[in-house]
Amino acid sequence: MHWDIAFDNLDYFLYGTTTLDWHFPFVHNPEGMVASVILAFFGIFGAFWIGLAAGLMRMSRRWWVKLPAVCYIEVIRGMPLLLLIFWFYYLAPVITGETMPAFSTTMFCFMVFTGAYVGEIVRAGVKALPKGQMEAARSTGLSHVQAMQLVILPQALRNMIPSFVNQFVSLTKDTSLAAILGVIELTRTGIQVDNREMVASFEIWITIACLYFMICYILTSYSRRLEAQLSRYQARDR
Amino acid sequence: MDYTFHWARMFTGEPAQWMWEGFCTTMQISTISLVGAMMLGVVICVMRMTPFKPFQWFSFAFTEFFRNTPLLVQIFFWYNASSFVIPKAINDWMNDLYYWFPGPFTLFGHHFVGEWMLFNVELFMGIIALTVYTSAFIAEEIRAGIFSIPKNQLEASRAVGLSFLQGYRYVILPQALRIVIPPLISQALNLIKNSSLVMVLGVTDLMYQATQIESYHAMPFEAFTVALLIYLAISLVVSFCITMYNKHFMIQVMY
Repeated sequence: MHWDIAFDNLDYFLYGTTTLDWHFPFVHNPEGMVASVILAFFGIFGAFWIGLAAGLMRMSRRWWVKLPAVCYIEVIRGMPLLLLIFWFYYLAPVITGETMPAFSTTMFCFMVFTGAYVGEIVRAGVKALPKGQMEAARSTGLSHVQAMQLVILPQALRNMIPSFVNQFVSLTKDTSLAAILGVIELTRTGIQVDNREMVASFEIWITIACLYFMICYILTSYSRRLEAQLSRYQARDR
Repeated sequence: MDYTFHWARMFTGEPAQWMWEGFCTTMQISTISLVGAMMLGVVICVMRMTPFKPFQWFSFAFTEFFRNTPLLVQIFFWYNASSFVIPKAINDWMNDLYYWFPGPFTLFGHHFVGEWMLFNVELFMGIIALTVYTSAFIAEEIRAGIFSIPKNQLEASRAVGLSFLQGYRYVILPQALRIVIPPLISQALNLIKNSSLVMVLGVTDLMYQATQIESYHAMPFEAFTVALLIYLAISLVVSFCITMYNKHFMIQVMY
């Protein structure tokens, strides 16, 4: 067993530098676990807005609003993320004429991929509300848009939290796919150190897995608290 | 933009053959892993529900760990741990088999023992990784299905005179099965999509073959689009099956 090798490379896993003078990780390209967290955070942020739009469009009664959202959600949910990444990686130069950096390519793909799942979550969250909420909001004189904005969506947000956090967790795990395009995030640092140190792959991959586990476990435990806080404002069916 | 498309070339000759082989490999990997994951998932679920504490702790740690770590990392882990995981006896047995039967020994079309590879470690460990990863999810789904049946059902079955196991066999499980099957099917779908990740080990699945066409025939866009359509077709077929299932076995409220 060579746990010391994994331990010596811990700073490389965490923020991607092996130099002794510690740089603030955001000054340079984010690397290591910092890059993974940034990818996951911005990925879920973008996915939330894409998913909100897609979910609301999908609930529309007009077919020309509904159709693009249905196509987007069904196509993206039916394909592996790795395929989306490769596909877009080779498609982007065809569209723009120049290659895109791997970091932004993967982040874009994370947003688009997770957005489809978030779209379904939004739809489920709104559908789970009692129907009287909308009727009551309309009867007090709010327009449909206002009712959506002030009454339905805040409550739907509470319903969404468990599945949304699940999605956040699986996105955090999926950021490991950025390693395949060569982004130096947590998994890539693992591959590099594994290739350099020939004897300690078992220990290295256990360490990497534990670091991912840490992020995901913190996310899930925080979500439970958030859920308990927000459920105080929930309307109940009587 | 000076990229010219060659869609027709995707459907003849080498590319078509490679894509077909990749599709077969993907389906075979998924099938083997799904069967393994079902069995392992049931075992983990049962361990979680026994009153024996160490079993509970083990299965809790198992599900939490394998659900909260990326599949890619797990694939690298299992591949690198293969020297521990594949028992020496099996390895020796495979080598002996190769000694006595030097011709290709195939299982579902894969050369597990053959002229060039004694034992397809990449394929084997890829399947192990997919199995373990999926089984953690399946165990949780089965447990959720069983827990969603009210406890009175078991009490009632005990009161009628059935034993504990009989209560489960004739009362709880038939009800739980209807709840559990749709998520299990979508888990199978996820498994098919996740199986694209074993390409990092060089397993020649659909995704790997698409990258091969990309590099040998310089048709990245066509190759990945056809792969996309194949994955999409699979998932559409499966979601159609789920819809049909839900229509036939609509879950009635009985309590």
